[in-house]
Amino acid sequence: MPIVSTDKNAEALSLTVVAEYAAPPERVWQLWVDARQIEQWWGPPYWPATFEKHDVTVGGESRYYLSGPDGEKPRAWWRFVTVEEPTLLEFEHGFSDESGTPNHDMPPTHGRVEIAVVDGRTRMTATTRFASVEQMEHMLTMGMAEGTVAAIGQIDELLTR
Amino acid sequence: MVVHLQERPERLDRILGALADPTRRDILARVLQREESVSALAERYPMSFAAVQRHVAVLERAGLVTKESRGRERLVRGQLETTRAVNRLLDQYEEIWRGRIARMDALLDEPTRGDR
Repeated sequence: MPIVSTDKNAEALSLTVVAEYAAPPERVWQLWVDARQIEQWWGPPYWPATFEKHDVTVGGESRYYLSGPDGEKPRAWWRFVTVEEPTLLEFEHGFSDESGTPNHDMPPTHGRVEIAVVDGRTRMTATTRFASVEQMEHMLTMGMAEGTVAAIGQIDELLTR
Repeated sequence: MVVHLQERPERLDRILGALADPTRRDILARVLQREESVSALAERYPMSFAAVQRHVAVLERAGLVTKESRGRERLVRGQLETTRAVNRLLDQYEEIWRGRIARMDALLDEPTRGDR
């Protein structure tokens, strides 16, 4: 597993995940900014994400939905705050209603992705900072199955090796 | 104090184990009211400092209290339900991210579009 460390901060409501890859920063950057590539990893195997819009420019927005096994289609949006290819990406992340219209009643989650070369390897530091506990809970109900299903996906991967 | 049944089984075992002892329940009840140092707690019970320290350690492993050094004192504070709920949520997000990182890794291993 390429995970270097994870840090959970209950007071700041934040989660930081640090991972290292052999691929160059530009290649890791593409995983984030190319809609067809992010679709292959953002959602868990049985809840794939479809990015209908992914405009990675400052002020640009994304619209996506997950397709659940029972036909559920929870929708969400991103708005990019910082775009410094290929080292820094910051965005706000919130929910949308069924028609895809962003719901701004709830403050957005803040996402930050740093990509740097450390000792010849590409280090990605992804931080998610939630605005409130309610939002954390809501986000999980959006993909409540995600945690469990993600684990199943990892088992699948092991079995096919 | 509410114990959520959706806690992970091993964590639930630690919580129930920690609460099974009357001294530990008493310590927890006190530090939920206000923080206390390990030495102040030790004076309250007819047992050694080390024994009280061990009880605090069991509560700490169960996530029911936290310990913080302040000067020469070790302060024990009860973890409120909300803090524990946040930790539970963060654990679930961590799982989601572990899945994402593994999928990213699998994609990077694929020789896509001749960039390898």
